[in-house]
Amino acid sequence: MTDYRIKGETGEWEVVIGLEVHAQVTSNAKLFSGAATAFGAEPNSQVSLVDAAMPGMLPVPNRECIRQAVRTGMAIEAEINKWSRFDRKNYFYADLPQGYQISQLYHPLVGEGSLTIEEDEKAGIPEAKRIGIERIHVEQDAGKLMHDQHPTMSYVDLNRSGVALMEIVSRPDMRSPAEAGAYVRKLRSILRYVGSCDGNMEEGSMRADVNVSVRKPGDEFGTRTETKNVNSVRFVMAVIEGEAKRQVELIESGGTVVQETRLYDPDRNETRSMRSKEDAHDYRYFPDPDLLPLELDDAFLAECRASLPELPDAKRARYLGEGISAYNADVLTAEVEAALWFDTLLEAGAKPVAAANWVTSELFGALNRLGRDIADSPVSPAQAAELLGLVADGTISGTIAKQVFEKMLESGDGAAAIVDREGLKQTSDTGAIEAEIAKVLAANADKVEQYKGGKEALFGFFVGQTMKAMQGKANPQVVNELLKKALG
Amino acid sequence: MTELTNLTVAQIRDGHRAGDFSAVEVAEAFNANVAGAKALNAFIVETPDHALAAAKQADADRSAGSLKPLSGVPIGMKDLFATNGVQTTAASHMLEGFVPRYESTVSAKLWDAGCGMLGKLNLDQFAMGSSNETSYFGNVISPWKRNDGGNAALAPGGSSGGSSAAIAARLCPAATGTDTGGSIRQPAAFVGISGIKPTYGRCSRWGIVAFASSLDQAGPMARDVRDCAIMLENMAGFDPKDATSLDLPVPNWEAALSSDLKGKKVGIPKEYRLEGIDPEIDAMWDAGIAMLKDAGAEVVEISLPHTKYALPTYYIIAPAEASSNLARYDGVRYGLRDLPQGAGLQDMYAATRADGFGPEVKRRIMIGTYVLSAGFYDAYYTQAQKVRTLIARDFDNAFAHCDVILAPTAPSAAFGLGEKTADPLSMYLNDVFAVPASLAGLPAMSVPAALNREGLPLGLQIIGKAFDEQGVLNAGLAIEERAGFTARAEKWW
Repeated sequence: MTDYRIKGETGEWEVVIGLEVHAQVTSNAKLFSGAATAFGAEPNSQVSLVDAAMPGMLPVPNRECIRQAVRTGMAIEAEINKWSRFDRKNYFYADLPQGYQISQLYHPLVGEGSLTIEEDEKAGIPEAKRIGIERIHVEQDAGKLMHDQHPTMSYVDLNRSGVALMEIVSRPDMRSPAEAGAYVRKLRSILRYVGSCDGNMEEGSMRADVNVSVRKPGDEFGTRTETKNVNSVRFVMAVIEGEAKRQVELIESGGTVVQETRLYDPDRNETRSMRSKEDAHDYRYFPDPDLLPLELDDAFLAECRASLPELPDAKRARYLGEGISAYNADVLTAEVEAALWFDTLLEAGAKPVAAANWVTSELFGALNRLGRDIADSPVSPAQAAELLGLVADGTISGTIAKQVFEKMLESGDGAAAIVDREGLKQTSDTGAIEAEIAKVLAANADKVEQYKGGKEALFGFFVGQTMKAMQGKANPQVVNELLKKALG
Repeated sequence: MTELTNLTVAQIRDGHRAGDFSAVEVAEAFNANVAGAKALNAFIVETPDHALAAAKQADADRSAGSLKPLSGVPIGMKDLFATNGVQTTAASHMLEGFVPRYESTVSAKLWDAGCGMLGKLNLDQFAMGSSNETSYFGNVISPWKRNDGGNAALAPGGSSGGSSAAIAARLCPAATGTDTGGSIRQPAAFVGISGIKPTYGRCSRWGIVAFASSLDQAGPMARDVRDCAIMLENMAGFDPKDATSLDLPVPNWEAALSSDLKGKKVGIPKEYRLEGIDPEIDAMWDAGIAMLKDAGAEVVEISLPHTKYALPTYYIIAPAEASSNLARYDGVRYGLRDLPQGAGLQDMYAATRADGFGPEVKRRIMIGTYVLSAGFYDAYYTQAQKVRTLIARDFDNAFAHCDVILAPTAPSAAFGLGEKTADPLSMYLNDVFAVPASLAGLPAMSVPAALNREGLPLGLQIIGKAFDEQGVLNAGLAIEERAGFTARAEKWW
């Protein structure tokens, strides 16, 4: 259990968190129209007659959007409802052309599921924890108002109007900002593995409504507030910290938390009230009469399931089974691109443990330095496999491998070619090594005395000196053996 | 040669095909009738050029030997169908001046079949009304007059009142209608023509200004049953742009027309015998029963026990859907915008919608908003949906014992304009026989059966099983052949 607590004047408070994540479905077309969905296009250039709600226009469900939501549901091991239905959520706003949003209130596409956040001692998550997911439903996004285009009027951009969203509703199972952050990161990772959402929070492809309440440990749930449209993991955590603190201070100073919608202002790092429950809309939900209930057959579901890739948890378990450390397994599975790159490396013959160490230290270090993503790594998995193969079969040492890798990054050449060209091959020629050992021991007679007097730690020094003399190319195992013999 | 405007769709099609006349002659004759009938106010927009262009094409196609199913036939288009480049208003101030850049699926199919458009026909505003009096562009006046020597202006029915009046007055041989709770059948009955509402989903709703999505269905109105069959064949068909469209082939209804009803059972719903109804309506109904027996059918009494709940159910579901469907008329993107000086968004909504919608539309938006509100939703909307299911089940049970159902179309003949406007409930009651089939999504048609003592037409309604338009048309034909309805309104306009 996490022991995140807010320390108030009246004692410790526990924070209860639930998240509603809106994830834009990856699809070339909108949920109910054929219009395109590219981000950053000219305003109102991706709008069909349906999206603009022209008279007589009708929605037709886009099968691919449904498919992606079903696959997402399967990825969180949720119940998929073979019978679901679309409802209209009625309200007036200038960015909502129909005067209603087509959503799913009563019969969502995806039912109860869950995901697991991993232990992260440093972040205050002492053990892995399952977070319940109540449902996923699909709905239309709204357009966007632009208030900076005209001195007295607002403009409307309908490019986003009608784009498919998945609303992923968690149970109030999180108890700390760190858990919420881990939940969002894990969810984002799963969505990206599945390919149902690009998870790009900066572009608004993923945003969270953050529900927060506080209580004395063991008490009933307190009244929650909902902070809308929070668009980064950092902000989600900041909202929870700030909002929990605000609620505790409010309660302890004699006030009561009101159920309300709040907005987060990242510049001032604070939330402010948008509207309270009293003036909440009556959305007059009812089944959309333009659409028939959505009925999914077994063949469709089977195809969805068969199309799922290996997911982060399964991949992590596989890596652990291959002896990879938990830390490396977490790092390698967090982003789908890295995991796929690593899997390709394994398929090319690299040994898992050595490959994992090399990727998380050497490769990630280099990419970091170069400011590149793994997707456009200058070294391919096949090239990396060649390099690691040379280490594994004793052709070069780990130290030399670092030099070779640098040269690969510079020249783009293959590892073997570089080793040949530069004469970096490791030697096991005992004669040459013995000659250098003799020189090293002669030059360090005092240390040899100390060693023989019991200071065995000096052995490493002799190894280092010998390797240096051999310009790193001596087989370390052979050096060890010969040194032991020479030192008697 | 008979006057071209007295010809039916089939006669125009066949006569044109045979070279008896040119399509241009037909179009010009109807254009002239339209131009000379302003007093009826049947059209909101006249489009003589559209009709002529299609006629020229039809004549050219005839020369080229590439005739289409409806080459040379000009028709009227209810102004609820979006027509590319031609103002489409739903008879509302809200959409006055709105010119769509798209064509409804049904109208596009008719143009593809060779039809030309004589104009956009008047209707009740957003198809809400039974008398055409809610049109922003003034009510249509029926070509019919009572034979009492008075000169009272009569309602052409609604909401497809422009369509009914125009056909009865020979301004067009056929027209499109839409039927949400009787809007094809009741006006057809009021002016002595035929009209069929097909099974829900037969005709695409794409491009039709929506009233109540789960009920709206397009259909043809024409002078006789054959013309209805011909028109419907060219309007129906699966449309991937309408998620509620039926993915079924369109039968060749005209070719299979037959008034021989041997082996068929006709159900007479006992709940449709209303207390205090005009005895002339019952008499016409009995006459209709006799006609169907004469055509070889066996007549059986059936029960539709939830009939009395149909109207209240309809007046919850239809306004609920309408209140949401009409939310898009907000002044933001198209149509009317009232932006008072210094007004904000909410003020613009209020001013635009107050000005753009007529009283009946506002009434239904308010009813619909109310029945969907938190705290009332279950008591009204959920309950209404349950009753709707029961009504549909009534029909399922009844159709275990019969093939078609015969009933009156409306509880009265055409009433006078202004007679019912003060009392919305009595106006709503006019659809008492029409609404159940709408709630169940069943095909239903009205055919003229008799004149009442005031010399006004009365219509009989045939309701069929889902997808069995053929059965409905055939029974309609049997009545048509026996009723010998040839009366027409004397020209006064």
